[in-house]
Amino acid sequence: MRVALFVTCVNDAVYPATGIATVELLERLGVTVDFPAGQTCCGQPAFNTGYRRETLPLVRRTLHAFQGYTHVVTPSGSCAAMVRRHYPELAGAAGAELATRTYELTEFLVDVLGVVDVGACFPHRVTYHPSCHGARLLGLGDRAHRLLTAVKGLELVELPGADECCGFGGTFAVKNPQVSTAMGRDKTASALATGAQVLCGADNSCLMHLGGLLRRQDAPLRTLHIAEILNSTEEKPRP
Amino acid sequence: MRRSTTPAHGAAPVHLGMPSFPRAAAEAVHDRTLRANLRHATHTIREKRAGAVAELDDWDRLREAGKRIKDHTLRHLDRYLEQLEEAVTGAGGAVHWAEDAAEANRIVTALVKQTGEREVVKVKSMATQEIGLNEALRAEGIAAYETDLAELIVQLGDDRPSHILVPAIHRNRGEIRDIFADRMGRWGRPAPEGLGDDPRELAEAARLHLREKFLRARVAVSGANFMVAETGTLVVVESEGNGRMCLTLPETLISVVGIEKTVPTWRDLEVFLQTLPRSSTAERMNPYTSMWTGTAAARARDGDGPRTFHLVLLDNGRTGVLADDVGRQALRCIRCSACLNVCPVYERAGGHAYGSVYPGPIGAILSPQLRGIGSDIDASLPYASSLCGACFEVCPVAIDIPEVLVHLRERVADRGGAGRRLEKAAVKAAGWLLDHPGALAAVERTASRTRALLPNRPPGAGAWTAERELPELPPEPFRDWWRKNRT
Ligand code: SF4
Repeated sequence: MRVALFVTCVNDAVYPATGIATVELLERLGVTVDFPAGQTCCGQPAFNTGYRRETLPLVRRTLHAFQGYTHVVTPSGSCAAMVRRHYPELAGAAGAELATRTYELTEFLVDVLGVVDVGACFPHRVTYHPSCHGARLLGLGDRAHRLLTAVKGLELVELPGADECCGFGGTFAVKNPQVSTAMGRDKTASALATGAQVLCGADNSCLMHLGGLLRRQDAPLRTLHIAEILNSTEEKPRP
Repeated sequence: MRRSTTPAHGAAPVHLGMPSFPRAAAEAVHDRTLRANLRHATHTIREKRAGAVAELDDWDRLREAGKRIKDHTLRHLDRYLEQLEEAVTGAGGAVHWAEDAAEANRIVTALVKQTGEREVVKVKSMATQEIGLNEALRAEGIAAYETDLAELIVQLGDDRPSHILVPAIHRNRGEIRDIFADRMGRWGRPAPEGLGDDPRELAEAARLHLREKFLRARVAVSGANFMVAETGTLVVVESEGNGRMCLTLPETLISVVGIEKTVPTWRDLEVFLQTLPRSSTAERMNPYTSMWTGTAAARARDGDGPRTFHLVLLDNGRTGVLADDVGRQALRCIRCSACLNVCPVYERAGGHAYGSVYPGPIGAILSPQLRGIGSDIDASLPYASSLCGACFEVCPVAIDIPEVLVHLRERVADRGGAGRRLEKAAVKAAGWLLDHPGALAAVERTASRTRALLPNRPPGAGAWTAERELPELPPEPFRDWWRKNRT
């Protein structure tokens, strides 16, 4: 099977390790991965801030970049939700059509490849934050839990109040910084209370916010994208 | 207390000098007592609601039915309002139309004056708060007494409501005890000597204080949760029985109701009387549901109820909202407050930061539509959300609040103005860069290479870095790794 990787602008510029892990993981599972170089950003930041007109060129660019692929896979619930929820309205039939071909990573693994045990090994205590767009807009449910539970050596601990927003919210994080960080600190406090060593998520934007708070507090907890955990194996472990 | 004022065009009062949401919220975030009160209250009711909703296996269908009934009514609102007027008039009531807050206040004040009374008792009503009726009456020398327990706490405390259903949610019982002990005497019967902070004791003090007012009042003012067009019946849903007292004891009843509260038929209530109590108080059935149809019943059988009934139908910006394809769904709202109780922003910012009688997610989409986006607070409300979607998930009439928020952000961005120029330029620059992958890669590379030279807390990034670290930039962007390793 051949898929197009939609790495997203944030992962491209700030978290390439997540993109690399996604590529290696999919290849390990027998998938051929393409990276259409014309891709940049789905347009969500502009759209959610109220700049619909400025969003449209990015929507057209994204549609063009992923033409012809039956599956477009992205390690971001939020960007997948942008395509699925808003492209039909922003780009008509072509948008609706791309929406049916776009998959968030855990969704692609569980629903399309039909795997839960990806053969990973990650001997650490992990707690998982399901980001809002993945949970509410895509309805990802327990897919990440099933994938993580199958990882060798991994101890998954429940995050209390997991369904509550972490407070990132795109431009919300800088337009309402006090409320945003108050929400984030409640989230990091719950995560710390679990005694986990790793706070895992499927959206690096949320993890950038939570990780930024944790590092400022010098907390003994780091953030890691689920792709990097699933790409960790006995032969090539992710520290 | 911040004073309210009615703007020239007569829309809902804006709290005078109300700062933008981020500034007001920043204050509230650091108020530990407030945060603790709100957290406790919202989390308790949040869980109860989830339980009450989970009991019904046809919840999704009820929600869809509620949405459709409201949408249908709003689409044909002119027709249903005329039908309603006819039915109310036929049953002995008088119907008045108020285009804005000022007109509604004038009508009600004149009606009270006609009775010769100087005081009225009130059933909790969002519409009368929206138009600032109590203040308007006071200016004409008429005292309005709130009879809902939480509204009483707010009124005695010279405070503003911070929640739709639990207006004093920001107060704990110690604070309430102090307000009762200090203030009740000034408004009527004083609190009993040595009042403690036990909820039962507090409720008893309120009961005694209010009973005196119920027995004396000859005029009552209410709102309504629903108005049935086919029969002209008004419905008030409440939990304390104070509504029942106000609606039956006084001789004159004046109800001020937003035009969007109309439902076509009696049967439509079947849906809302299931979804409203479960969403708001997590009850299976509402404790006191009062329904009345004009004054016909009172006249015919010398029964209970007012001899004179006035219905003031309030527009106050609503027809403007109706004209907006996306925004109009806000008028489906049945004021259950479930969206407030699940909102993580409301929980930290508190209700007052929203600068309106409609706080929380529904307030963030309703106030800027009813009042326009002219003031700092109204222009900032559409951004008072992380778009997490928890509100949409619980709303019993399926209002897609995030969708309306983004829609209103477009309106604010379109209007531009000094504060937006920089933002617009940044969005345009980013848009250009993201539409030119070659240039984007060059910028990414430069940023990565010079990362050691960048300050940890670059100027202008204060909103991010005040409490958070910026991420460390990688040695190279993903697209360079790909080029080197996979092509
Ligand atoms: S918007 Fe929906 S959830 Fe919020 S108060 Fe109105 S009906 Fe209830």
